[in-house]
Amino acid sequence: MKKVVQIKHLETEVLIIGGGTAGCYAALTIRENSKASVIIAEKANIKRSGCLAAGVNAINAYIVKGRTPQDYVDYAKKDADNIVRQDLLLTMSQGLNRVTKKLEDLGLVILKDENQEYVSRGNRNIKINGENIKPILAEAVNTLDNVTVLNQVNVIDYIVKDNKILGAFAIDVENEILYEIKAKAVICATGGASGLYKPNNPGFSRHKMWYPPFNTGAGYAMGIRAGAEMTTFEMRFIALRCKDTIAPTGTIAQGVGAKQINSKGEVYETKYGITTSERVYGTVKENQEGRGPCYLKTEGISHTQDEELKKAYLNMAPSQTLKWVEAGKDPSEQNVEIEGTEPYIVGGHTASGYWVDLNRETTIKGLFAAGDVAGGCPQKYVTGALVEGEIAAIAALKEIEQMHLQEQLQSTNQAEEILITKAKKDEVEAILNFKNPIFTTQQLEEAMQKVMDSYAGGIGSNYSFNEKQLELADEKIDQIIKLSDGLNADDMHELMFVYELKERLTVCKSVIAHLRARKETRWHSFAENLDYPNKSDDWLKYVNSKVVDGKLTILYRDLVERGETYEHSN
Amino acid sequence: MSIAINKEKCVGCKKCFSVCPGSLIQADENGKAYVKYPKDCWGCCSCVKECKVKAISLYLGADIGGRGSQMTVETKKDIVNHKQIMHWEITESNKTVHAIDINPKSSNQY
Repeated sequence: MKKVVQIKHLETEVLIIGGGTAGCYAALTIRENSKASVIIAEKANIKRSGCLAAGVNAINAYIVKGRTPQDYVDYAKKDADNIVRQDLLLTMSQGLNRVTKKLEDLGLVILKDENQEYVSRGNRNIKINGENIKPILAEAVNTLDNVTVLNQVNVIDYIVKDNKILGAFAIDVENEILYEIKAKAVICATGGASGLYKPNNPGFSRHKMWYPPFNTGAGYAMGIRAGAEMTTFEMRFIALRCKDTIAPTGTIAQGVGAKQINSKGEVYETKYGITTSERVYGTVKENQEGRGPCYLKTEGISHTQDEELKKAYLNMAPSQTLKWVEAGKDPSEQNVEIEGTEPYIVGGHTASGYWVDLNRETTIKGLFAAGDVAGGCPQKYVTGALVEGEIAAIAALKEIEQMHLQEQLQSTNQAEEILITKAKKDEVEAILNFKNPIFTTQQLEEAMQKVMDSYAGGIGSNYSFNEKQLELADEKIDQIIKLSDGLNADDMHELMFVYELKERLTVCKSVIAHLRARKETRWHSFAENLDYPNKSDDWLKYVNSKVVDGKLTILYRDLVERGETYEHSN
Repeated sequence: MSIAINKEKCVGCKKCFSVCPGSLIQADENGKAYVKYPKDCWGCCSCVKECKVKAISLYLGADIGGRGSQMTVETKKDIVNHKQIMHWEITESNKTVHAIDINPKSSNQY
């Protein structure tokens, strides 16, 4: 019997795609400033979805006493070796402390000293108990009037006409429903992309990864397809993590002052530099040159430090505490082995994502981006994502207010709308009814990850690549894209898997194109081009891309320096 | 990375179904929870925290060095000072139990 989906039409003033950190905060901001109706479409459940499901170890983006927002901009600029948008970084930095206070008001526990001031951890961090940070945000959203949270509803495509966003299509993950959600403005907060490359633990524990395995790059892919301009996809993010559990290392490094050492016990971190990419690169080099494995030197810390570390990890990455306890060896008795993860595309840590203006509006009118999906503004962490949610929300409201009635009427041509919805229904049903597929979604996902690992600088090739390899990667990804048209989904959940794979393949194509375009090595490991092993001032510019006439096209833009502001000019 | 569900303890409340960020848990023929896609588990413990009858535990896959210990957590009142605590328990395969209590109102020290 042919499977069919039922169409449900919804309308809202603001549609927020993704109810993670940035999305939830955008909804809170809208309700504080306006009565506009809001729909949040979330593929899981906002209570524990997104990056913060297990909790977070600290607030890592905060302007501590004696520092200024400009200091934060300077830090992020240095870490990314100049390829950042200083206008975006500054507006983000100016909001970090404001949103932190709001989080505290909502119930987040923040460590204070005897003078009721936050206790800092280093130059930009404060100490918290972040285990329940996501439930706190979700609860605040769930109590808002006229904010509809659609849990287990996965957005699969935008509705765009004449470069103006009109809404989005979504599928229900459980029931046979296709949603057509019309909106005056859309805030994309879907997060970054994991799962493009073969992971650290490719077997049973394949999803034991740093970034949420459920963040598939949907926002990037939908934007790319709709012709939005994207930036800096070549600045991949690779995290330095505890081996196996892929738990954070910063808590150990900063918390108990543990240094990175090689198997000979030599401290190597100062040899390669201490930017985020250099810390990964040093670990790769030590292993390549026969001095692996590498560790964080925890042996000799106190019993109290052991106990505090175990508690801290339970509040953000419980598997690491489980590992210590079941091994019967505390960190004081055994150094913690570390490794680099597979590469991710994530605009909260590096600068990949939508090319946006100061309002976080993308090059598609009415479409805003916030959090990991928005580019140009690295080192966001949780609080930066909240600020971007806030900025995007306020700008979206302003745009709706300014919309002329005429414009709103123009956007709804009923005959055309019926055709577009029918086409999307056909597309979805074709996958649900596809007969005798040769391959499964899983097989193609593994094929994609292997190609990226081997030819586009994955773990297997020590994160490095050359032009010939990238050319091959591109060809092979094209081949898998063709195969992905022959997939079947048994139910709506598997249908989501098919869309997720297609999203990842779209993002892979952009990553490869960007890696090919930047002919230098500015960031070791993040973009290690063996044909161009040095960096050059000629490349002090942004590598951007967009689909023009169906073809992914690279364009270059001048850096937005201190004191300058970028505005969309067309 | 995955979770184990004790069917005898599971009461079929379905709370774990909705909270899983990957929607990986579904109902079996008896309405009890089962992990439909165990390899897709992130290990975030959202379901472990949600389960009020401690039917769900986290374990480490053998491929990441797991030794068969299982971890649960419950929120309860401390017997001494009657404050809410998160009571984590790790049970080794030889039944040795390790407990760690965390006061949700106190911050990480690191």
